[in-house]
Amino acid sequence: MCVRVREEVVKLGLCAAALVSVAVLLVLVGYIFFNGAGAINPAFLLESPYRFEHGGIFPQVVGTFCLVAVCLLFAVPLGLATAIYLAEYAADNLVTRSVRFFVECLAGIPSVVIGLFGLVFLVYFLGFGVSLLSGGLALGFMILPWTVRASEEAIKTVPYSYREASLALGVSKWQTIRGVVLRNAAPGIITGVLLGMGKAVGETAVVLLTAGSGLESFLPRSLSDPVGSLPVYIFMLATQGHTSAASSRAFGASLVLIAMFLLSSLFALLLRNRFVRRKRRKIW
Amino acid sequence: MSKIEVTGLSVFYGRGTVQALKEVSIKIEAKKVTALIGPSGCGKSTFLRSLNRMNDLVGAKTEGEVLVDGEDIYNGGTDVIQLRKRVGMVFQQPNPFPMSIYENVAYGPRVHARGWGNGKLKRRLDRVVEESLRRAALWPEVKDRLGESALKFSGGQQQRLCIARALAVNPEIILFDEPCSALDPVSTARVEELLRELKRDYTIVIVTHNMQQAARVSDFTAFFLLGELIEFGETTRIFEKPSDKRTEEYITGRFG
Repeated sequence: MCVRVREEVVKLGLCAAALVSVAVLLVLVGYIFFNGAGAINPAFLLESPYRFEHGGIFPQVVGTFCLVAVCLLFAVPLGLATAIYLAEYAADNLVTRSVRFFVECLAGIPSVVIGLFGLVFLVYFLGFGVSLLSGGLALGFMILPWTVRASEEAIKTVPYSYREASLALGVSKWQTIRGVVLRNAAPGIITGVLLGMGKAVGETAVVLLTAGSGLESFLPRSLSDPVGSLPVYIFMLATQGHTSAASSRAFGASLVLIAMFLLSSLFALLLRNRFVRRKRRKIW
Repeated sequence: MSKIEVTGLSVFYGRGTVQALKEVSIKIEAKKVTALIGPSGCGKSTFLRSLNRMNDLVGAKTEGEVLVDGEDIYNGGTDVIQLRKRVGMVFQQPNPFPMSIYENVAYGPRVHARGWGNGKLKRRLDRVVEESLRRAALWPEVKDRLGESALKFSGGQQQRLCIARALAVNPEIILFDEPCSALDPVSTARVEELLRELKRDYTIVIVTHNMQQAARVSDFTAFFLLGELIEFGETTRIFEKPSDKRTEEYITGRFG
């Protein structure tokens, strides 16, 4: 076969693969949309669920927000601090390499195992109960390694010459990290946090075991209250509902979940672009 | 009067396995330009970086004595932060921060401005920024573009911005590490002109691989080879009547 024909065949094959990928995505989203759109109305969004497949999903939406907030409040400061330590302070020795290795391993643990650990350690051993706190922390354990890794990578891409320039001005190491390194690493760190947040928003197994049954009809009033969340609500309706109303509500909740994820991604992207373009006059 | 007095300075890299400087002793005069010349790997940059302890960052081990205004900067009692404020540095590659012109110059003073009142801070920073840019001969070109990103400017302008940034923290000594090697001839000439201006107020030490540059801008020249200081003296004397054969060979381009 002559080269030109072969080139054409390869090109067509690759193009077909790309089309199939897009088609899978379109079918998936389209299917969810057509099955779920009918379930969405103001009452569905603003009321609480009752008798399994009646009412709305308001507490689940709020619960998902709260869980992600607790998760990020725990994982982002801790992950960022760990990343700064690993990238800027730790000597390259056995201890540092071990820490990095364990972080990598933690990233590979299946979420159901993290959920189990959360159930045994947070819910029972520490006595936090099935609650917003347990669920948020367990989600935090799950995204911690991603936060550490993304932040460390982002910090490492900041050119050494920036650090050198700052240090040569008599600026201390910590001030250099705050004023030059983190500022320039911010877009990468935000991207990492965004990826972690995306994982946390949709995570089912972890919150199923630690946060609540998914059908809660009340809003959490404290960290020790159980909370419902959209993924668990969807799981419940999908596995235990037998009516068409149940499945259409599950699809409706899926649609809301996807919308929440897209909105939070959009927000994070805007925040990131602001960091990239901003000409801040005050750094400290 | 000598500003910096170095006695028996040896520097080792790589956990003491590589000796980059061997027992260097030299006296650097205040408010003069001292040029350090020699082929690559001769230790001139290492020597320069030992004057503001930038070598510490790469884990170098230092022996000997470096006195700045009579104070031994390696005796353990020296505050490195204070030292680096007094001994500024300009690097080979222009390395402005990816911020505005204004923020680049204001960066150092702002960090050191603890205790300035908030209302005063803005006015004082404005003044420091303008004065530093004027001293670095950059003010006319950037005065209407202070809010623009420093990365939009040419290499020569960026290098003068880096000089302004160093001046803004009010140093006494400025170290230049091959400041023109990444610049075109016109920009190079402007930086050299600036060096002659600056030596009225500052003690300047410059590393250069360009012998004509050393001859043009410096009052004193030190020739390094394989980690040793071979010869040191007034620039005119070094270039006209070098006393060491190796200096003569290097200057006349027999090796390099």
